[in-house]
Amino acid sequence: MITKRIIPCLDVKDGRVVKGVNFLGLSDVSSPVKLAKYYSDNGADELVFYDITASAEGRSLFTDILCKVAETIFIPLTVGGGINTVEDFDRVLKCGADKVSVNSGAIRNPSLVYEAAKIYGNQCVVISADVKRVDGVFRVFSKGGRENTGLEAVEWIKRCVDMGAGEVVLNSIDTDGVKNGFDIEMLRKVCDAVNVPVIASGGAGCAAHFTKLFKELPKVDAGLAASIFHFGELTISDLKKELYANGIPVRI
Amino acid sequence: MIAIIDYGVGNLFSLKSSFAAVGADAIVTGEKDIIKKADKIILPGVGAFGDASEKLYASGLSDFLSEAAADKKPILGICLGMQLLFEKSFEYGEHKGLGLIKGDVRPISDIIPKDLKIPHMGWNSLDFCGERSPIFKYINNGDFVYFVHSYYGSGCKSSTIATASYGVPLTAAVSCGTVFGCQFHPEKSGKVGLAILKAFCEIGG
Repeated sequence: MITKRIIPCLDVKDGRVVKGVNFLGLSDVSSPVKLAKYYSDNGADELVFYDITASAEGRSLFTDILCKVAETIFIPLTVGGGINTVEDFDRVLKCGADKVSVNSGAIRNPSLVYEAAKIYGNQCVVISADVKRVDGVFRVFSKGGRENTGLEAVEWIKRCVDMGAGEVVLNSIDTDGVKNGFDIEMLRKVCDAVNVPVIASGGAGCAAHFTKLFKELPKVDAGLAASIFHFGELTISDLKKELYANGIPVRI
Repeated sequence: MIAIIDYGVGNLFSLKSSFAAVGADAIVTGEKDIIKKADKIILPGVGAFGDASEKLYASGLSDFLSEAAADKKPILGICLGMQLLFEKSFEYGEHKGLGLIKGDVRPISDIIPKDLKIPHMGWNSLDFCGERSPIFKYINNGDFVYFVHSYYGSGCKSSTIATASYGVPLTAAVSCGTVFGCQFHPEKSGKVGLAILKAFCEIGG
């Protein structure tokens, strides 16, 4: 039986893993290679590496680190951040990434999803959306959650899936960093609209939040989190034990 | 030495790193002279069957692989590389495979329940079939491996060494003589995957 995936996300800036609360006030956590190895050895089903560097120097440093990570770990690796062109796909895939996640790059140029899926296959293209409620409507935000694009979230995600995105990461800005649980309402809307895997992101504060997520939304395929894992508040093995005890299929 | 065949399909970085991790000497190459000297051959592949099989035939690597199989040189096909071992595939038309494993490759949409997502992607457990295969020497029945595929090996019951359940049992691994194939990605399957690669490296001494 296929299992629910638990995915730690590593935001990388200038060669270090950082994690923001509500995308603001970044704090340094650890070395990307060490953290990746730790997670890979301790039950993570997949890793997401997000490059939040703005400079060209930072980008090439990120690419170097990515190669080191891919040499060290043997679980699927998704890379996002700064993906604007097919050349960017090529750059990170050559370093050992398995999937590439696009966010602002797809908003600026939606055909990027189509072009990349045609060359690398749908399974390689992940659409990542940062979504926030604005006057009761789910809106897609770009630039790390700073700018309202005006796009309605479910429509946008459906459009990307139609263009070839093989997986969706839905990050709720409303619940991100608050640690009060995943945004079940928002996730349900997206799960009902698409037939590709959906990864829930934003709001994980304890193991019970993951249990609730998979119980209430059996269509969700994976739960993603960062700080809760990075700071050791919850280990992946303890989380999986709890999920297993609650009848949720996990890889132990 | 193990030759990982590079015929312009997919990224071989992780595969090479995973052999290094189990202490095996592996070379990524498309050159027949080097492949000829190898003790074992890895046939990787991601993407579409038709394109990959065309590349194998155009480069002459197809005959070469058939000869290697006849010489009882261990060969391991991975993901699309496993599918290429079959006689033919129905992925976008009909394409000829290497015919080293009896059976053909068909869309999983033909057999899985309609409410399941395609591709079959994620970690799934292996159900061993028949006698334990030498490539499973260091792993247990029920261990998890990582899959990403929309097509499956069909009509290959006699060579199936493991299946994975996705509504129905899907072919997860096959073998015939010294030819082996894994539908899943051992290089992305953590310790279990590395243990499979290690066991393959040890086949035939």
